[in-house]
Amino acid sequence: MPSWEEILEVVLLQNYNTRLVVLSTTLLGIAAGLIGSFLLLRKRSLMGDALSHATLPGVAIAFAVMVSLGGSGKALPGLLLGATLSGVAGLFTMLLIRRTTRLRDDVAMGFVLSVFFGVGVASLQMVQGLPGASAAGLESFIYGKTASMVQSDFFLIAIVAGIASLISLLFLKEFLLLCFDDGYAGAQGWPTFALDVLLLGLVTAVTVIGLQAVGLILIIAFLITPATAARFWTHRLLPMMLLSAVIGGVSGWLGAGISALTPELPAGAVIVLVAAVLFLISMIFAPPRGVIPRLVRQRHLRRKVDRQHFLRAAFEILEAEAPDRDVPSNSPFPLAALRSKRTWTPHELRKILKIARREDHLEPSEPRMLRLSEAGFGEAARVTRNHRLWETYLIRYADIAPSHVDRDADLVEHILGPELVEELEDFLERGPVAAPIPPSPHPIGKEASSS
Amino acid sequence: MNWTSFDTWIVVVGALCAVACALPGCFLVLRKMSMMGDAISHAVLPGLAIAFLITGTRASVPMFFGAAIAGVLTALFTQWIARFGNVDRGAAMGIVFTTLFAVGLILIRQAADHVDLDPGCVLYGAIELTPLDTVGQTGIPRAALVNGGALLGNLLIILVLFKEFRLGAFDASLADTLGFSSQFLHYLLMTMVAMTTVAAFESVGSIIVIAMLIVPPATALLLTRKLPTMLLIASLTAVLSAILGHLGAIQIPRWFGMEATTTSGMIALAAGVLFTLAWLFSPSEGLVTKARRHRSEDLSLPESTA
Repeated sequence: MPSWEEILEVVLLQNYNTRLVVLSTTLLGIAAGLIGSFLLLRKRSLMGDALSHATLPGVAIAFAVMVSLGGSGKALPGLLLGATLSGVAGLFTMLLIRRTTRLRDDVAMGFVLSVFFGVGVASLQMVQGLPGASAAGLESFIYGKTASMVQSDFFLIAIVAGIASLISLLFLKEFLLLCFDDGYAGAQGWPTFALDVLLLGLVTAVTVIGLQAVGLILIIAFLITPATAARFWTHRLLPMMLLSAVIGGVSGWLGAGISALTPELPAGAVIVLVAAVLFLISMIFAPPRGVIPRLVRQRHLRRKVDRQHFLRAAFEILEAEAPDRDVPSNSPFPLAALRSKRTWTPHELRKILKIARREDHLEPSEPRMLRLSEAGFGEAARVTRNHRLWETYLIRYADIAPSHVDRDADLVEHILGPELVEELEDFLERGPVAAPIPPSPHPIGKEASSS
Repeated sequence: MNWTSFDTWIVVVGALCAVACALPGCFLVLRKMSMMGDAISHAVLPGLAIAFLITGTRASVPMFFGAAIAGVLTALFTQWIARFGNVDRGAAMGIVFTTLFAVGLILIRQAADHVDLDPGCVLYGAIELTPLDTVGQTGIPRAALVNGGALLGNLLIILVLFKEFRLGAFDASLADTLGFSSQFLHYLLMTMVAMTTVAAFESVGSIIVIAMLIVPPATALLLTRKLPTMLLIASLTAVLSAILGHLGAIQIPRWFGMEATTTSGMIALAAGVLFTLAWLFSPSEGLVTKARRHRSEDLSLPESTA
């Protein structure tokens, strides 16, 4: 186990050997996080996957060209240039397929990925037989060599990541439009194709430098995972991008740090796992869109709907007992009457009554009878009033037949806020709803089913 | 070129594997999940590693099941993340397969002390060596039997459940309404893809698998709008790719004065060439066809108005 001093040394970038690796992966994570946000929103997350495979033929061909020119064939700038060119070729193939056929994005990506990768493997095999050159180690291009990073690698990553981040922030507005409504962007006169090329060009640049430095799988994960994790926390693009950059950066920093401390763990894999853990946490717990907060909200809503149904049913029973009064009086009513109002199972009904008792909407009464409390009766009157206001509005302004309006009203009434109710009152003021609680615009209960 | 029985077997194995992949591939393409093959081919790594760590051998049966389980899990996790997290399916797939691959890499690194289990060998495979590994005295390569079995299984499932698969591919909610669980069909398809992928991996490498799951169905989709025809054209394209690919692997490097190259890569390239031909010359929607039709329409317009 590494000691605390060692951990601190690595994490705080004081160790020269690991500083470059940790810094590089952090920068890559930030840049990929920013750009990945656009890819996610454009539903092209797997673009990094396709492009990273598409770089392989370029590597092999660049190697062959450099060897035939008399070089060693392993000069990094040449290989990177080849990779970039073949990545761009893959990119244009994809966009062309997308534009000229009815095949969809996923097929275009899969096509480029598999065919380019196949060509790459075949040509790598071919150049291996070239006389006077050893192509061994070209594959490390695919898997990355994080641990043996040198200063020039770091500068390259820093420059490319910096430029890519800068461009993605400068073109924020254009990319935003492209991601959310490219048809509208085109109609407004924006060059959508050029913007698409620019965005995917950035992806290619980050992919190529990332591939070389940290490997194929990591760069794919960097483009997808942080952005998807950030999406759970916010509904706005800029905060999402920044958060995604932070998640990418933190995964790079922590992952590379952990890997530096435990030599048998490959850096790329650890970084992917750190990002995956951050994703999992976001997916489960993030308040706006996480799974648990959403379940809790759904439960709350369901409870609220149940409560309102119960109260309105009770109020309508009381109304039916005193047909000639504007507002019925609060008196006990039999449980059986309630059961016939709605298709509650006994279990559901027991739960609803339990909650109503806990919320003081029910008062203790004789067995098999129910009696609303003062608060419960007031709430029941309010709920019923909202329901009828909304029904009246729907009948009058949305032309919904009175016999159907009950269910349509049910869809909305539970989320009517006080302001909306006030607005409804204003709307309907001159109508027959001057009464504190308007009469139901349609027959209720047994009369309804017989009519 | 001297063609031997070796070459024949390579082509046969390649063609069997290609068709076995192309059939479920058609449904993947129709269901907008073309990248699943790529995802599964990466994600099987932890399955292989765990199977190895448990049994301690590189015997193929445990490896096969480990990989198949990992493949099905990929589909399952992707579905869960996409559904419960409201995440785009492509992104969900990307997260799942990169994570599983990372787990696999770490596991393999742990096992590396005991034996050589190279991630590269999983991804590349070697179709050229398949004729060497024959079953008993028959002289039939094991890979031909494995891939032939996968093909037969896929063919049977698709024939038996053809109606259901068609419905699931085009209108999943209608399938549900009519009482065919589209969930079940989805997972059945994913299991088929995973099994086929894994069966092919071991013998011929993942490049053929990924390419054959996507490219022949995409080619067929450009040529027809009928599902049975599509399956047929995709299978034909797959067989042609295998033949042309192997010929290309022998012949093309000679033009550059080099040795023969990997057949699997060239099969992918051949499929790409066939796709490009369909893209350009498809009778209904090829680029060239459309351009010519366009021109002849331009010419005929003044006549009709005159």
